Amino acid sequence: MTVKVLNQGLLTSIQDLGRYGSQKYGVIVSGAMDKYSLRVANLLVGNKENEGALEITLLGTSLQFEKDMLIAITGGDLLASIDGEKAPTWRPVLVRKGSVLQFKSPLKGCRAYVAFAGGIAVPEVMGSKSTYLRAGIGGFKGRALQKEDVLEFGEMNRLSTSLFHQLNKRNNDFTWAVNYDALINLQQTQTIRVIRGTEFDRFDEKSKRTLFNEPYTLTTQADRMGYRMEGPPLSLATEFELLSEGVTHGTIQVPPNGQPIILMADRQTTGGYPKIGQVITADLPSIGQLQPTANIHFKEISHKEAERELLKKEQIINEIKIGVRFKGLYL
Amino acid sequence: MTHCFPEAIIKPLGDSALIVQLGEGISPSIHQKVQALSMLLNTYPFDGFVESVPAFNNITIHYDPVLVLNHLANNQPSLTSFQIVCSNVNELIQHIDDSQKLEARLVEIPVLYGGEYGPDLDDVASYHNISPEEVIRIHTQSECLVYMLGFAPGFPFMGGMDERIATPRRETPRLSITPGSVGIAGKQTGVYPLETPGGWQIIGRTPLDLFRPDLSPPTLLQAGDKIKFVQISPEEYHTYKEKKR
Repeated sequence: MTVKVLNQGLLTSIQDLGRYGSQKYGVIVSGAMDKYSLRVANLLVGNKENEGALEITLLGTSLQFEKDMLIAITGGDLLASIDGEKAPTWRPVLVRKGSVLQFKSPLKGCRAYVAFAGGIAVPEVMGSKSTYLRAGIGGFKGRALQKEDVLEFGEMNRLSTSLFHQLNKRNNDFTWAVNYDALINLQQTQTIRVIRGTEFDRFDEKSKRTLFNEPYTLTTQADRMGYRMEGPPLSLATEFELLSEGVTHGTIQVPPNGQPIILMADRQTTGGYPKIGQVITADLPSIGQLQPTANIHFKEISHKEAERELLKKEQIINEIKIGVRFKGLYL
Repeated sequence: MTHCFPEAIIKPLGDSALIVQLGEGISPSIHQKVQALSMLLNTYPFDGFVESVPAFNNITIHYDPVLVLNHLANNQPSLTSFQIVCSNVNELIQHIDDSQKLEARLVEIPVLYGGEYGPDLDDVASYHNISPEEVIRIHTQSECLVYMLGFAPGFPFMGGMDERIATPRRETPRLSITPGSVGIAGKQTGVYPLETPGGWQIIGRTPLDLFRPDLSPPTLLQAGDKIKFVQISPEEYHTYKEKKR
């Protein structure tokens, strides 16, 4: 029994926390653009947090359920509805057989996540269910979902089964939802925290100040691979040639035109542009929720603070995990 | 024997990765150090190690700061994850010279040169005022070294091509280059694993798959491999293709 894709929407793909361990072969990491939302969605249905889930971009996606299923919707608010009624988000939801889940348009943020209890039954490729669109591997047949595709699911574990039965008994009434405010920011004007990049000191004094004082706008060339930004141009103090070397999620690189690019989930494994900054890991999920024309203010923080922010958010995730377990098994 | 590497510099690449710089420029001797550290990391991974990505003269180490700290003894609460990883990496760096030199694999890459498979062969030849046959002869005589993979899965960044056939990129890049295409860009030669746009001068095509996600490792070439290009005929090219089916 399954879920059928009635409409694929703009871009819907299966993602997990990414394909690690093969970057030395040039194989990109991929994975969710907003990892906190993906992890919470999985936790809410009793899955492992790195299980594959659907990443839904902006609008148009519509799914029909062919059996009763336990799901969770997190991430951006894309006006999700179940049979025309506003769908509950950031909590476990029981969707009835025959129901249609639809994402209409973005109210807040850019990407929603739908996790299914038991996980989506697709094979792992190189240790991950993430879709690597360009190479055509992973996810659902190596591609984005299309109309008429049919998704199958894995077996529910003890926690998922318990959550399922509770919701069934209470007719889907669940008084608890995750407050995501401390985890991610869905606003389209954001202050993003940045550590200096490996070539920060190679930029001229003006550019070093500009990066942290002037706003930058997301252009329409913003996708899962990277965000091209527009703003005051940044320039090197003296030209130099950088050999290709490792880059990572959130690397802010500056090509010769001076307009910074933030590397995102589908970035290449290596790059040769100077790196002026690096978005802190704790803020990556928030920028995964930006749409073209969004405004970013970069704010410099220390490496130590960046680690502290990451640990703080990890603590929140941990609390959610314990909370779901408690609700699922003891209530 | 412990040998200190005064030239090794560790730079943070954000809060979840760092770059270990082992020298400047491109040379086989620095490459040896990169390979040695890469092997040491994979043999003795520290707690929280995710993966490492070798480049020409440095290596990027990805780690999970949360896992690094989770493994930390309670009596060192003031250390950051970065400090712990640095001390682990510094420890390994001391053993770069002790580690055994890896025997480089020699990989032969069959190439069908010219014609529709290598549309820029004639341009490369006339750029250097030599015959296309001479370009092929020089290209197949070079022994190249794969310094790193990047850009696309299985794409080798190679050094060692004979500079007599070094040719600038095309003025207008092609929108789509067929997988397997063998090209020249400046002093570099390389093979395209996936269909991508690109500005390299395409002189031939190999029937081999550079990226093969079902196998382990998923790429034909790896950093440290030595490469020789071997000229094949159209018949041989098609035989290779047939065999794959």
